[in-house]
Amino acid sequence: MARLFAAPAFAELPALPGLELREVDWGPVTEIAPFRGAEGDVSAALQAAHGIAFPAAGEAPRAGAARALWVGPGRALLIGVAPPDGLRAALTDQTGAQAVLLAEGAAVEAVLARLVPVDLSPEALTEGRTVRTFIGHMTASVTRVGAEAMELAVMRSMAGSLLHDLGRATKMLAARAG
Amino acid sequence: MRLSKGGRIDRSQDLHFRFDGRRITAHPGDTVASALLASGIRLVGRSFKYHRPRGILTAGSEEPNALVTVGRGAGREPNVRATVQEIWDGLDVTSQNNWPALSLDVLSVNDLLSPFFGAGFYYKTFMWPRKAWELLYEPFIRRAAGLGALHRDPGPGEDEKAFAFCDVLVIGGGPAGLMAALAAGRAGARVILAEEDTALGGRLLAERESVGGQPGADWAAGVAAELEAMPNVRVMTRTAVTGAYDGGTYGALERVGAHLAPAGGRPRYAFWRIAAKRAVLAAGALERAMTFPGNDRPGVMMAGAVRAYLNRWAVAPGKEVAIFGTGRAARATAEQLLDAGVAVTGLIDPDPDAKEAHDYPVFPGGRVTATHGRLGLSLVKVSHGLVEQSIRADTLAMAGGWNPQVNIACHMGGKPAWDAGLSAFLPPEGGVPGLVPAGAAAGTFATAACLAEGWRAGAEAAVESGFTAPPPELPEAEEEADASPSSWVFEGPGRAWLDFQNDVTVKDVKQSAEEGFSSPEHMKRYTTQGMATDQGKMSNVNALSVLAAATGTPATPAGTTTYRPPYVPVPISAMGAGGRGKGFAPIRRTASDAAVRERSAPMVEAGLWYRASYFPRAGETNWRQACDREVRMVRYKVGVADVSTLGKIDVQGPDAAEFLDFLYTGAMSTLGIGRVRYGLMLREDGFVMDDGTCARLGDDRYLITTTTAAAGLVMRHMDFAAQVLRPDLDVTFTSVTEAWAQFSATGPLARELLRTLVDDRPVVDELPFMGAAQIGVMGVPGRLFRISFSGELGFEIAVPVAYGAALWRLMVAQAESLGGGAYGMEALNVLRIEKGFLTHAEIDGRATAYDVGLQGMMSTKKDFIGRAAAAREGLTDPGRERLIGLKPVDGARLTAGGFLFSRGAAAERANAEGYVTSAGHSPIIGRDIALAFLKRGPERIGEVVRFTDHLRGTEALCLVTSPVFVDQPGGRMRG
Repeated sequence: MARLFAAPAFAELPALPGLELREVDWGPVTEIAPFRGAEGDVSAALQAAHGIAFPAAGEAPRAGAARALWVGPGRALLIGVAPPDGLRAALTDQTGAQAVLLAEGAAVEAVLARLVPVDLSPEALTEGRTVRTFIGHMTASVTRVGAEAMELAVMRSMAGSLLHDLGRATKMLAARAG
Repeated sequence: MRLSKGGRIDRSQDLHFRFDGRRITAHPGDTVASALLASGIRLVGRSFKYHRPRGILTAGSEEPNALVTVGRGAGREPNVRATVQEIWDGLDVTSQNNWPALSLDVLSVNDLLSPFFGAGFYYKTFMWPRKAWELLYEPFIRRAAGLGALHRDPGPGEDEKAFAFCDVLVIGGGPAGLMAALAAGRAGARVILAEEDTALGGRLLAERESVGGQPGADWAAGVAAELEAMPNVRVMTRTAVTGAYDGGTYGALERVGAHLAPAGGRPRYAFWRIAAKRAVLAAGALERAMTFPGNDRPGVMMAGAVRAYLNRWAVAPGKEVAIFGTGRAARATAEQLLDAGVAVTGLIDPDPDAKEAHDYPVFPGGRVTATHGRLGLSLVKVSHGLVEQSIRADTLAMAGGWNPQVNIACHMGGKPAWDAGLSAFLPPEGGVPGLVPAGAAAGTFATAACLAEGWRAGAEAAVESGFTAPPPELPEAEEEADASPSSWVFEGPGRAWLDFQNDVTVKDVKQSAEEGFSSPEHMKRYTTQGMATDQGKMSNVNALSVLAAATGTPATPAGTTTYRPPYVPVPISAMGAGGRGKGFAPIRRTASDAAVRERSAPMVEAGLWYRASYFPRAGETNWRQACDREVRMVRYKVGVADVSTLGKIDVQGPDAAEFLDFLYTGAMSTLGIGRVRYGLMLREDGFVMDDGTCARLGDDRYLITTTTAAAGLVMRHMDFAAQVLRPDLDVTFTSVTEAWAQFSATGPLARELLRTLVDDRPVVDELPFMGAAQIGVMGVPGRLFRISFSGELGFEIAVPVAYGAALWRLMVAQAESLGGGAYGMEALNVLRIEKGFLTHAEIDGRATAYDVGLQGMMSTKKDFIGRAAAAREGLTDPGRERLIGLKPVDGARLTAGGFLFSRGAAAERANAEGYVTSAGHSPIIGRDIALAFLKRGPERIGEVVRFTDHLRGTEALCLVTSPVFVDQPGGRMRG
């Protein structure tokens, strides 16, 4: 019997000066929005099942295969694992809904300073923290995953525009040196 | 003339550029202005209105006269200040606002007519006949008056914009700014030091002063090196802070490549948005011009600029220089000129007690009453005591005191205060929260005091940002400040210029006051003083002094006008950088995108989505053939369309049903699980906002759809409803548009197609019209909805988005095997017009449910958003324009946008009775059909009306019909 193939969000990734790009496959993604008054219970259940609490604003905790990413007041994505049963929360499957890039390199902060209107310096955005912001015109999550590594998540449909914006910014930055 | 030694230029290297085609030699470190002066060129431009010859007045970004165009053709940059533009080999600079040539400008005849061209002349003269203003007078005046012109093409290069963050922003890198940055930097704060000049040092680069026992410029270089070495300090030279905005945000313009030969991909400018916890305004002061008759002649120059050209660029601006000013500034200018071997032909000092000098004549109590010289100064007429005499001078250096650069401190509405002791406007306290002025910007003019004040401001800013102040370390420096003359406006016969850029004279300002425009804001608009590209930097204080005298308060300038950003001109290409072409907005592409484009389907934009317009096939020569085929395919076989772009919102929560009842005109709480209902949302004003479907997936869970274009709008509406109107309800919702790829399979053979793809075949066979089910699609969990936007048997099948590309290819292949295929937006539009289904062409924000014939969907049993307002009698008046169908009585073309008139009525606005919202060719009906709004429409079915499209010049008689053209009973989609 025929079966459906899953496609990546990025058909191909360009070579950019000073920035390594790699598509990140998050696996299963569930958006969790606890119902009124249930955040404590939801957090405890997540802790018990996956070892991570429901994230507060700006948090992006990780434990083993499980990750949580704060994406707005009272909202987080549970990444890599299925949510435990019985959560008093709206659970919405968002698998594949994001185009996710790992952007790595010495230039990563300088490039994103041309696209992201918030402070991404190591003082302001420590490793494991995330901001919900813009990349160019696009709503995005920007998460620091290393000293010179940021994870960028935008709507999947905008994957091409993300590459367009990163390409423009990196090339202009590189042209300053030249 | 270049001096034989000195200057901060690299004499080992020659650079060549062109000014109006003439080849000029310069050195690295030169500006266009310094190189022109070094080559003996004094005439640089023509003034805005009278085309008066103008030279170089200053040595900085405040320059009002020496504006030039850099480059040629597309991408050339007009109105660049020659005093700022650096030189590269091959730079091409041209003068502006002259014809046929700079030295012979035909329109300088305006100057002879100047008695007629005073302030307000245009308003009074060109009033009649009314129409002639737009057609004749204004275009002519605009051509005659003006500066450089932009090219119509944007040019090859693009600019950049960027964001930066810091604890302390230091605006200006002169003595005060350097010390502020040093104090904050040593304290450990994150510091940005922004300096618009090419190097740090400010006036120290132009003066002969020592700081800390070494030449001021060397001391500044040492501090610059220390700052550069600090990892927490970012020094941004060639970066002018342009404005202060809310929340500690500042705009800044960086010259990234504007000083270099254009190179591939390098931006000319970057516009920065800098967010700072604290800021120190160390923008310095600008020397005040003297206002006297003939003060605009090339050769009249600021004394501070004369010293800058001498000391920084090793250029003598003239051979015989007279000085008009007082105190230390005037004396230093004279001494430095003599030292450079330039003759000083006189010091005209307004101070009657001015002391004699050994090496040059001094005229105590003197003033300049006139200047002479064609295209450049040659003679200065001086009056002192009762004596009048002329002295030879090709350059006149004027020193009228200093104006603190308070602009940025006033960008949020604060007004500067006049300090009579200093004869200067000082920045308002707390004018910009978090910003503290220091040094000359705060009225502190002596270098030693500037250093101390800068250090203190920087240290305090660091402390307020949570750092500990370092021990102070102040170098020794000059403790004397320049004196301000007691007056800087000297009237006499002849025109005395205030605003050099906009050609505003003392007489204009007086006339303004006489005619009742006596407040600064009125005077500014009446005379245009301060409204040119320099925003009055060199003219405001003088003009306000004249205005004050004219209105009877001579001691104090009459307040100020409003300071607004930007401090220096900012190219729109920098402010809007990244917005050109595809950077204007993101593009959203669906899962089927690659496959669709492989078929050469033209794309149309809907919302931000790119959707296939139609799918051309071999042998088809135009879109209509493809569209007609696709429509027939859907009506007789099966068609597949990508409908992923429709907004999909997942609504969950114990109160989800109640929330949706409040949102929609109809009840959703009564919907069975696994069922779908068509729904209408109104705005609070009673007009239709959007329509779509609502599927109940569980007790507490719904999935609603919105139109493609209104998805964001509906989400916002729901957020407002949940947070503001019904905070009592426990409901959450989130967009799942991105999570699902959704395709319609429509037509009599839709079931045959789906049976080959869906794991649970009985579901396909048994799903009732307006039913929804969870299904497996070749092992992938998906959803199936039986809904139709075409009037045929229709399904929409949804799978997680990553599987969408694969499913699309399979569905299209299977449909083609059944004699069908993919269809695009054109066919989709015809199909829905044939059925009278609505899009935002109809529900465009002006239509009520009653207008579109859906008044029956407004529940009377519950409250919903818009219910009360929709019941207003004006919105239920049968005389409103209401939805109908239109069919031409012959084979005429119908087009959206055309207007409807009663048969026999003239096609004039007053007779308009409605308009066409959507039109297309129906291959099923065999002619064009349209949806339209017509006054009392449903009552007029069967009537023939007149259709006129004034834009396209088309005309037709049309039969008014029901808006449903095909299968009125609806059996085909329900069957």
